Amino acid sequence: MNAVAAVKKEVVKEDAMLLQKELINRNYRELATAHQDGRKVAATFVPGNLNELLMCFDFARSLPETNALQNAMRKKSGKMVLDAERDGHSEDVCTYVKADLGMMLAGEKGPTGDPLPRPDVLLLSYTGCFTFMKWFELIRQKYDCETTMLHVPYQGDGKVSPSMRDYVVKQLKDRVIPTLERVSGVKFDIDRLREYMKESAKAEEDLVHVLQSAKQRPSPIDGYFGAVYYIGPIFTAFRGVPEATRYYEVLRKEVEDRMRAGKGPVTPEGDHPGEKYRLVVEGPPNWTSFREFWKMFYDEGAVVVASTYSKVGGVYDFGFRHDPDHPLESLAEYCLGCYTNLNFPQRIDMICRYMDEYQADGLLINSIKSCNSFSAGQLLILREVEKRTGKPAAFIESDLVDPRYFSAANIKNRLESYFQMIKQKRTAH
Amino acid sequence: MSDSGTTPTGVGAIVKRCEGLFEDLDFSAVKQWKAAHPGSKAIGYMPIYVPREIIHAAGMLPVGVFGGGDQLEVIQGDAYYQSYICRIPRSTLELGLTGRLDCLDGMLFPSICDVIRNLSGMWQILFKDKYVKYFDLPQNYDDATGGRFYIHEMNTLRDDLARLAGRPVTDEDLGKSIAVYNENRKAVRELYAYRAQKPWQAPTSEVYLVLRAGCVLPPEEHTALIGSYLSECEKQKRPQRDNARVILTGAFCEQPPLGLIKSIEMAGCYVVDDDFQLIQSWLLDDVPVEGNPLEELSKAFLHRSASTSSKYDEKKSDKGQFLLRQVKTRGAEGVIFAAPSFCDPALLERPMLQEILAKHKIPYTAFKYAENTGQMAPIREQAGTFADSIKLWSAA
Repeated sequence: MNAVAAVKKEVVKEDAMLLQKELINRNYRELATAHQDGRKVAATFVPGNLNELLMCFDFARSLPETNALQNAMRKKSGKMVLDAERDGHSEDVCTYVKADLGMMLAGEKGPTGDPLPRPDVLLLSYTGCFTFMKWFELIRQKYDCETTMLHVPYQGDGKVSPSMRDYVVKQLKDRVIPTLERVSGVKFDIDRLREYMKESAKAEEDLVHVLQSAKQRPSPIDGYFGAVYYIGPIFTAFRGVPEATRYYEVLRKEVEDRMRAGKGPVTPEGDHPGEKYRLVVEGPPNWTSFREFWKMFYDEGAVVVASTYSKVGGVYDFGFRHDPDHPLESLAEYCLGCYTNLNFPQRIDMICRYMDEYQADGLLINSIKSCNSFSAGQLLILREVEKRTGKPAAFIESDLVDPRYFSAANIKNRLESYFQMIKQKRTAH
Repeated sequence: MSDSGTTPTGVGAIVKRCEGLFEDLDFSAVKQWKAAHPGSKAIGYMPIYVPREIIHAAGMLPVGVFGGGDQLEVIQGDAYYQSYICRIPRSTLELGLTGRLDCLDGMLFPSICDVIRNLSGMWQILFKDKYVKYFDLPQNYDDATGGRFYIHEMNTLRDDLARLAGRPVTDEDLGKSIAVYNENRKAVRELYAYRAQKPWQAPTSEVYLVLRAGCVLPPEEHTALIGSYLSECEKQKRPQRDNARVILTGAFCEQPPLGLIKSIEMAGCYVVDDDFQLIQSWLLDDVPVEGNPLEELSKAFLHRSASTSSKYDEKKSDKGQFLLRQVKTRGAEGVIFAAPSFCDPALLERPMLQEILAKHKIPYTAFKYAENTGQMAPIREQAGTFADSIKLWSAA
């Protein structure tokens, strides 16, 4: 029996992971019946997603990146990418986009096999990724969906200026909200938005506690592979939903219990075998071989204590919370502050801060072919972080949802060499 | 800003001078301008668009940086990028890291894609003593929303450059610079119109070089150069061939090697419109010199500017209209999609434009290139087949 088959046989999940899975599956069921239930469907992206706002108009919510990654984890994305390429899309461009287009070409069935209806509106939150704009233009071109653009300026100077915030708020007031009202037939109620945002802030508080628990030795969580599950509800269709708030309460308690017991993270094969290396990871994970990838870490005793990917749908660990007293301004601040909307010096500062606060042994960059927003310039990040922290950094390459770009043997070799390097560096000191 | 250069005469001499400027990766023309204007500064900009009027109004030389082309050996720049990133950021870094851009006092990185966006931050880290700005362009085209934001961006640039220049940049300065660039844009429009009318008289391999000279020459001098080229073109009669008239699109950032443009022409295509250096024709008509200059620049950007893939199309029905108009007004018979490898904007846009062209029964072909592409035979073959097929269809 090979290693992958062994992993498949005995997958261990925390209670919170099961809850999260149920939330995601429920959302797909809701999407499947949305139109027959008289609900409109909105699609929007993870970074800068305005979930609370969409809920004010009773939209069922679909997140195309999540659909693509769910398809990849179910080994369905390879064919979708190829189908999109056969339909005329370049092999050079983002595979999230091609997996999404390929899924729609194959009959608009979502990852769970439930129907995934065509969106009634595309909320184009143009936050931290240029490709988003083309992605929804492509969907609009094919399916003639109503589209509303929210242009979120980039933090080129490393700060959010009042002009940037006002620009986003004005677009929300003058464009986004009127479009959502028209498409949904529901009048905007700002007090309803405030209520959802109160829930969001509570969940965000608990999420930050969970992520920051990794400052402990041993870390009770994996801040990358595990965090992918933890961020699921809050980065997608559930931020502001009371069930999500409860999910984060349960998760926080679970993690605190593990901390008290001195336990490490839960892996798909049970308790982590013991923390030998503490890493910070930059870049999204590979989804097509997610468990195999994760196994390469825990088999060697590596724990990811902090990651930048877990901030892609919102950076909460430096104090930002959705603020019900200033709802639209707060939505603007949220969009402007997502990780990929930060400039390079900010990203490097953040990683160095993680290296210090989480007592990491090194930085690992998983460079994703599809994602120029993350990847372009990561080799400079590597150099700068090494220079500033004195800790070793390593670089591996893979892709989001294209199985052709995951070379398990290469990645494993590189990781093993990297762990050796950390070990030698420790011995030298 | 005075015109310090002398304009050569004769098509050959003009093109030779432009070729010299194009091939000069040490930016000697910029250094010469700075030497002739002691204390003045030069500000680089990358594709796709920045309001050069503001740089000019600050008494500075705007310098277009379009990568290193096919003559630059990229060594250091490659160390910063994975194989799946396009070539322009690595060759631009190479230019910077080898000191070739030392003559620039600052660099502007307009919003065009994630790669150039991230390069702005890399520049901040690697060239700490230089002025660096990521210049955001609005994707909302309401005057009161995107316009207000854009005017604020322009005002920030104006204040930054005023600090660098050590003097204020007044509305009067801006008005004069707008007038200078109106003249330049008018000359560029005339050049494009002339080429579309008589592409055998003004081949694109020459037009490209004449335009490219505008990256390093002061606008006044560049306007005069275009004028000279146009009048000299008329004097020298060249043979008219039975070539296919094509629009070339997708090459708005990383530039194809000159050899590639020549190959397309040699293969039997007259390029009657293109998007090589969109900044020079981005604003479609004159910007009023009366009134508030930044408001006028903003209105021109929001309502009277070119379409390209890094700019959002508000409605589905807007998609491809600019290209269709180009085809119609230039009398083109087909479209060549020429995009740099790994260019997200161009490659993601391409299927949408192709679908629209197909609906209008406009033939097209597509290929990718890099600025250092050396093997032209396949491109010549593809362009030749495309030209032949156009001729066969039109004859049928």
